[in-house]
Amino acid sequence: MKPLGLPKFKNGHRWVAWVPTLWLLLFFLIPFLVVAKISLSEAAIAMPPYLPVIEWVESGVAQIRLNVGNYLFIIEDPLYAASYWESVRIALVSTLVTLLIGYPMAHVIAMSPEPRRTLLLILVILPFWTSFLLRVYAWIAILKTNGLLNSVLLHVGLISEPLVILQTDVAVYLGIAYTYLPFMVLPLYAALSRLDRTLLEASADLGATPWVSFFTVTLPLTLPGIFAGSLLVFVPAIGEFVIPALLGGNDTLMIGKVLWNEFFANRDWPIASAVAIIMLCLIVGPLMWLNRLQAKQEQGA
Amino acid sequence: MRLGRYVMPVSAALGFGFLYIPILILVIYSFNASKLVTVWGGFSTQWYVELFRDPQILDAAKLSFKIATASATLALVLGVAAAMTLVRFRWFKGRTLLTGMVAAPLVMPEVITGLSLLLLFVALDNLLGWPAGRGVTTIILAHATFGMAFVAVIVQARLRDMDRTLEEAAMDLGARPLTVFFTITIPSIAPALVAAWLLAFTLSLDDLVIASFVSGPGSSTLPMVVFSKVRLGISPDINALATLMIMIVALGGAIGFWQIRRSMRGRSSR
Amino acid sequence: MTSTGLQDKRWLDPDATPFIEFRNVSKTYQGVPAVKDVNLSIYQNELFCLLGGSGSGKTTLLRMLAGFETPTSGSVWIDGVDVTDWPPYERPVNMMFQSYALFPHMTVYDNIAYGLKRDGMPKPEIRERVEELLGLVRLSGFANRKPEQLSGGQRQRVALARALAKRPKVLLLDEPLGALDKNLREDTQLELIKIQESLGMTFIVVTHDQEEAMTLATRIGVMDEGYLVQTDEPHTIYEYPSSKYVADFIGDINLFECVVTETESGDLSLYSAEIEAGLCPPTSFAAPLNQTLWYAIRPEKMRLSREPVDADNVLSGIVHEIAYLGDFSVYWVDLDSGFRIRVSRPNISRLDHFAESWDERVYITWGQDAGVVLTQ
Repeated sequence: MKPLGLPKFKNGHRWVAWVPTLWLLLFFLIPFLVVAKISLSEAAIAMPPYLPVIEWVESGVAQIRLNVGNYLFIIEDPLYAASYWESVRIALVSTLVTLLIGYPMAHVIAMSPEPRRTLLLILVILPFWTSFLLRVYAWIAILKTNGLLNSVLLHVGLISEPLVILQTDVAVYLGIAYTYLPFMVLPLYAALSRLDRTLLEASADLGATPWVSFFTVTLPLTLPGIFAGSLLVFVPAIGEFVIPALLGGNDTLMIGKVLWNEFFANRDWPIASAVAIIMLCLIVGPLMWLNRLQAKQEQGA
Repeated sequence: MRLGRYVMPVSAALGFGFLYIPILILVIYSFNASKLVTVWGGFSTQWYVELFRDPQILDAAKLSFKIATASATLALVLGVAAAMTLVRFRWFKGRTLLTGMVAAPLVMPEVITGLSLLLLFVALDNLLGWPAGRGVTTIILAHATFGMAFVAVIVQARLRDMDRTLEEAAMDLGARPLTVFFTITIPSIAPALVAAWLLAFTLSLDDLVIASFVSGPGSSTLPMVVFSKVRLGISPDINALATLMIMIVALGGAIGFWQIRRSMRGRSSR
Repeated sequence: MTSTGLQDKRWLDPDATPFIEFRNVSKTYQGVPAVKDVNLSIYQNELFCLLGGSGSGKTTLLRMLAGFETPTSGSVWIDGVDVTDWPPYERPVNMMFQSYALFPHMTVYDNIAYGLKRDGMPKPEIRERVEELLGLVRLSGFANRKPEQLSGGQRQRVALARALAKRPKVLLLDEPLGALDKNLREDTQLELIKIQESLGMTFIVVTHDQEEAMTLATRIGVMDEGYLVQTDEPHTIYEYPSSKYVADFIGDINLFECVVTETESGDLSLYSAEIEAGLCPPTSFAAPLNQTLWYAIRPEKMRLSREPVDADNVLSGIVHEIAYLGDFSVYWVDLDSGFRIRVSRPNISRLDHFAESWDERVYITWGQDAGVVLTQ
C-alpha cells in the first residue's frame, strides 16, 4: 500500500521551493558572473559594444582573451578612486544624518500607545509608496538658490544672502536621508518595541535619570537595530544615482553617476562592468554583516 | 531636560515634518498659477489640464501601469513561494542561498542591478535568441525580480506571526496541503499580500534606473519621461502628476489604517 | 516565623511612627479604578506581604511606592517624607522585578554595580560591595557571567543582590518567587527571611500565593478589587478573617448564611436555612435579632465520626467523595439539606478505616469557638 498522498505532497513543496530559487539564480546571481566576464573584455564599436572573451576559433578549440586593462585603467585614473571614496564618504554622512533623524521618530513610535502607534508607523511608510523620483524632485524647489527655503530664511531675517545648497553635498545628504528614512526607522522601531520596558524601570529604580537610562540601557540594547537600519541605508546609498544626479553638483562624484555616464554617455560597457564589480566588492562586506544581523534576529524572534 | 517629555517628541515631530513638508509643497504648488515656486500666482488647475494634454506623459503612464501590473503579479507569486520556503520548509537545502538572494536585491544599488540584468539579457539574446531585443518584457522580468524580494520580506514577517495551529487544525480535519494553503494560509495573510502587491506595483511604477538599463527604444516608462523633464528644471505639470499619485497613496493609507483599527477593535472587544 | 516579642510588633504600639505610609491613595487608569482609597502604615524591619488575586491592585500599590505610577489622589510617605511626586531614580527604595529585569547586555557584576555607579561610588568600593553581595546570595564565582548563562534560581538571586546593592531603606519584591519551581521556592522563602533579618531592612512583597504570604510575612495586607480589605498578622488573617472574601481567599472554608435567633433560655443562637440546622455562636458573639450574617468554619476545625457525638455543633450527612492528599484527606459530605461541606482529617495512621466510608452516614462536630461569624 502506498503512503497516502505523501509523495505528491513532497514534490509540490519542492516545486514551490525551487522556482523562486532558480529565478533568483538566473536573474540575480548569474548576471553578476556576466558582468564579471564583460569587465574582462575589450570595448569595441559594435553591438553589443565589446569583444567576446571566449571565441570559437575552430570546432572544439576555444580561444580565451582576458583583458585586465579595464581594471588597470580604473586603478590608475585618480578620478575613479576619488569617486569611490566620495561615494563612501557621502553614504556614511547621509547614514548618520538618517540615524539622527530616524532614532527619535522610532523611539516616539515605539513608546506610543495604540492606535497612535499604528498611525505613526503608517505615516512613516506611506511616503515610500509614493514616487521616489517625484519626492526627490520636490527638494529642488525647496533648496534652489531662489527656492522656498531661502525665501523663508531671508524673509525671517536669519540670513542676508541666499544659501547655496542645491548642487552641493549637503543637498545629497538631505536627499538620501529623506528617501531612505523608512529603511532606518523600521528596524529601529522593531528593536525598540522589542525592548523590555521593565529594564528601563529597573534602571530608573537603581537611580538612573532618563538620559542615563537611555545611554546605558536603551542604546546598547538597540544596537542591532541601529546597525541593521544603517546598513539598509548605507549600502544602496553608495551606488545611488538619481539623488546626486538631481540634487548634487557637477563635482559631486558618486560612483553610481560615474557608472551611469560610462554606460550611457561613453557607451563603454566593459569599463562600466569593471566599475560595477569594484563597487560590488565594496558592499559585499556590509551586505554579509546585514545578512548575519537579520539571521540572528530571526533566531531571536 | 526630560528625555521622554521634550527632546524625543520634538525631534520626532521635526522628523515627520521633514518627511511631509516637501510632499505638502508639491501639492500646494500643483495648484499655483505661476510657474515660479516662490511666487503664488493664485489658484489654478491649468497644470492638470496640461498634464492630460501631454501625449508623451500619457503614453508613458499607460506603459508603466501595464508593466507595474504584470511585474507586481509575477513578483507576488514568486515572493510568496520564496517566503513559504524560507519560513516553512526547513528541509530545503538551498535555504541559506535563497535567504541571501532574497535579502540582497533590497539593498543592491540599482545601477548594479540594472547593468547586470541588461548584460544578462544581451547574453541570453545572443545565446538563445530570447528575449529578442529589449523592451516591455525585459522590464517586467527585471521589476519582478526586485519586487519579489520586497514581497518575500513582507509575507515572511506575516507568515512568522501567523498561528500555525490553524493550519494544523485544518490538516487534522482532513485538508490536503494545497487545500490548507488556499483555504487557511492565503486568507490569513491576505492583508500582507495586498500590501506586498501594492508595494511591488509602486516600486515598478517608480523605477528609473533599472528600467533605463533594460528598456529598449520606444519603451520609455513614466519615470524616464519625468526624469528627462525634471533634469531640465522645474515643470509644474510634474507637480500635478505628483499630487495625483500622492492622493491615491494617501487614500490607500487611510483605508489601511481604518482596516487595522477595525480589526484591532474587533480583537479587543472579544 | 519571626520572633514574637512585643517590642518587634511595632504595629501594636499606637505611638510608633510608621516608616511607610499610604494616605488615602487612589489610582485610576483612564477612568478605571485600580486602587481605591488605601490607607496603610508599614513599620521598620517589617516583612510585609501584599496579597491578592490578579487585578486586585497590589502591584499598582507597589509601583506607586517605587515611583513608576503616580497616585490619582492621596500621598505616599517614606521615612517621614512625602515622596508622592518624586521620580523613581530619586527614591530611597529599590525593587526586585517579577521578570527580574536583569540587563541582558551586562555581566552579573555590572548588573549589581549598576545602581552604585549611578551614585558615583568609587570603583574599589563598588568592587568590595559587589563581592560582598555575591557572597550573600551565594554566587561568588559568577561575576563575569551574562544573565542568559544563569539558571532561573541564579537569576533570581542576582536580581535580589542588585536590588540590595544600594542598601535601600525599603526593598520591594514583586512576586519574587513566582518563576521558581516548588522545591526551590520553599528554600528561597526561608533564605529571604534570613537575609531580611540579618540586614534589618524593610521588605514589601507582592504575591498572589497565600502560602508564600503566610510563610514570609510579619503582616499581610489582603487586597480585593482595589481595596485593602484586611491588614493583620498571618495568624489573625487565617483565624479571624474580617470578611467572606478574606476567609475564602486564604485557605478553605465552609460558609453558611444564617439569621440571628434566640433560644428558649434567652441566649443568642443562629439558624441557617441552607443546612437546615441551628448553630451555636462563638462565646463573645453579639448581634441584633434577625440579622443576616455568615458562619464560617474551616475544614480542619471539624471532626468526623460514624456514631453521633455530643458537641456544641453537630451536623450529619452522607460521605460523597474523599480526596486523599497524603498528609490529610478531604471529605465532601452531603448534608440532609443537600448542602455539601468539606471536612479535612489528618492521616495519622496508615490503615485508616475511614478511608472507605463513601456513601456512609457520618457525624460532623465542632466546638463553640472553632468557627467565626462574619457580617460582610
